[in-house]
Amino acid sequence: MKRTCPTRPELSSRQFKSLLAAAALLLIFPGSLLAQQTFVQTDTITSADTLGVQYTPAPPQNVVAMDTPNDGGGSIIITWGPSPDDFDGGKVKLYRILRAEYNGGQPGEFTEVGDVPSGKAEYENEDGNTTDDIMYLYRVMAVNRMTNEAGEIEEYTSESPATDPVTSSAQWFDSRRINALVGVILLCSFIIYFIQQARAGKELYIRKIAGMEAVDEAVGRATEMGRSIYYVSGLGDMDNMQTIASMTILGRVAELAAQYETHLAVPVCRSLVMVTGREVVKEAYSKVGRPDAFKPDQVHYLTDDQFGYAAAVDGMFVREKPATIFYMGQFFAESLILAETGNSIGAIQIAGTAMPAQLPFFVAACDYTLIGEELFAASAYLSREPKLLGSLKGQDIGKGLILIALIVGMLLETFGIWQFSNLFSVID
Amino acid sequence: MRREVPLLITAVVGITFVVKYFVPHFPFNRMDAWFADWFSIVQACAIVLGALNLLKLSALKVIGQKSGWGYALVIILSFMLITVIGLAEGSDYRDPGTSFDWLYVNMFIPLSATMFSILAFFVASASYRAFRARNYEATVLLIAAFFVMIGRVPVGDVITGFMPEGYRFSDLAIWIMDYPQTAGQRAIMIGIGLGVVSTSLRVILGIERAHIGTGD
Repeated sequence: MKRTCPTRPELSSRQFKSLLAAAALLLIFPGSLLAQQTFVQTDTITSADTLGVQYTPAPPQNVVAMDTPNDGGGSIIITWGPSPDDFDGGKVKLYRILRAEYNGGQPGEFTEVGDVPSGKAEYENEDGNTTDDIMYLYRVMAVNRMTNEAGEIEEYTSESPATDPVTSSAQWFDSRRINALVGVILLCSFIIYFIQQARAGKELYIRKIAGMEAVDEAVGRATEMGRSIYYVSGLGDMDNMQTIASMTILGRVAELAAQYETHLAVPVCRSLVMVTGREVVKEAYSKVGRPDAFKPDQVHYLTDDQFGYAAAVDGMFVREKPATIFYMGQFFAESLILAETGNSIGAIQIAGTAMPAQLPFFVAACDYTLIGEELFAASAYLSREPKLLGSLKGQDIGKGLILIALIVGMLLETFGIWQFSNLFSVID
Repeated sequence: MRREVPLLITAVVGITFVVKYFVPHFPFNRMDAWFADWFSIVQACAIVLGALNLLKLSALKVIGQKSGWGYALVIILSFMLITVIGLAEGSDYRDPGTSFDWLYVNMFIPLSATMFSILAFFVASASYRAFRARNYEATVLLIAAFFVMIGRVPVGDVITGFMPEGYRFSDLAIWIMDYPQTAGQRAIMIGIGLGVVSTSLRVILGIERAHIGTGD
């Protein structure tokens, strides 16, 4: 039997033509072809081909460039499959990111825009160095670095093919925060609903807060003893919610002090708090018909420095021995220094802060402590205004929902039924 | 107008910042930086008010020879000294080797450190009161504190060295801090978060207005 292989002469012919074309290209465009080669060497290499094969890492694979999602633009993410030589002790020491603009269908020159260590497979130009609406091409270069006998560092590199053109753009909604949006809408709806209910005259039950109940008693005590009341608003500035809550409580304390004709001193450590505090105290004095009793210097500035402030306030406590001291606002390490000094002079002390680390100190050293949310509830509690009380009720409903979610989540997570906690992950 | 304008500004800025959290697009993504700059500018202007107020009160105390006037004199002299030296040394006043730096390193830092170190003594006295087993809660606190404290010092593990790994005082201290303590703290944090949202909403809606000095 004669066996023939009819395709063989045709294949040889194709191969021959391809070789001819490659040789022609080599002769015509040697520079451009070298630029596409998988390794670039420094000028000190000898027997380049041998070393190149030995040290040049395989290029990264499946390089993809895409617009960074949920951002304000100016950023592109590049991902790739690691080079087969990317392992502990492998040839890849780092990946170098190359970028070129892509205008009118023509790629520009590729330049380095950053690098990442081996073992990683993602790069994001977080510095925002891309311009929105300009098309870019990316390549990822696997780099091996060797030191030769002369002590010089040589690099052996291989590049991936260029990605498809990509452009960065800004988004109008951060989809990662949709859970927070749902939470905010729910909570705000509850609060607004109960505010409306309160406006309509519905009776709302609010549990007693011992610290707030004691405010009248504390001010009265200072009056009976003929001593001052000190109100310390903490280290926060007017951009801090605790300080804003503190100012609302200050208004109520100032009203009582004005009614009882008791001296109120408010040493502050922020100039803006001084300005706001003066306005609040002045208003409170006017409200109870004692505008003449208000002295602007009742609210006075000491220093912005944490321990300087603590030292100054401590000194005043020891010299003037106030009968009542309020600590309401944001406190740090000075909390215990102040509260223990106040305790040592026998003052009745009411504290409130939303700094969890300082709460134990206040609980230990003060007579009453408003814990966390009680500080924010204080103004509603003190004023008894229906609209404010309504907001507290809405807040409580939100708390109830969170409690239910915690119990359900605990059960689901415990039995591994569903990744429930992922619903509550919030991007900072 | 005195009430309406601040309330309107508060509402607009408040709502804008809520929107900003969900919108990464320009101009919302730049607002943090812009408002931080504005806040710094307002703060820088206000610091003059604060400093002048401090000087005025101190001067009045010294002139009137009121109680503690000696401290007020120290405030005035220190204020003048550091201001004059700072201004005399120009823009490089904070560089190492300058007189300002010398005062900062050799006077300000030790004084601050002294105040901070007093905290150690106050912690001891406050702990003594807090850990007295007056009732059930205080007793639980005392027991938990005992195990945490003894678990945080080497002697704790020496005492329980015969126990297998994972059952020593240090492990118990870690467990108390990681579970009951963290759970309690998170409960407080959730309450604080809700309180902040609620207060913010009251401020934005203009229901809470005592902080702008216009009563309720």
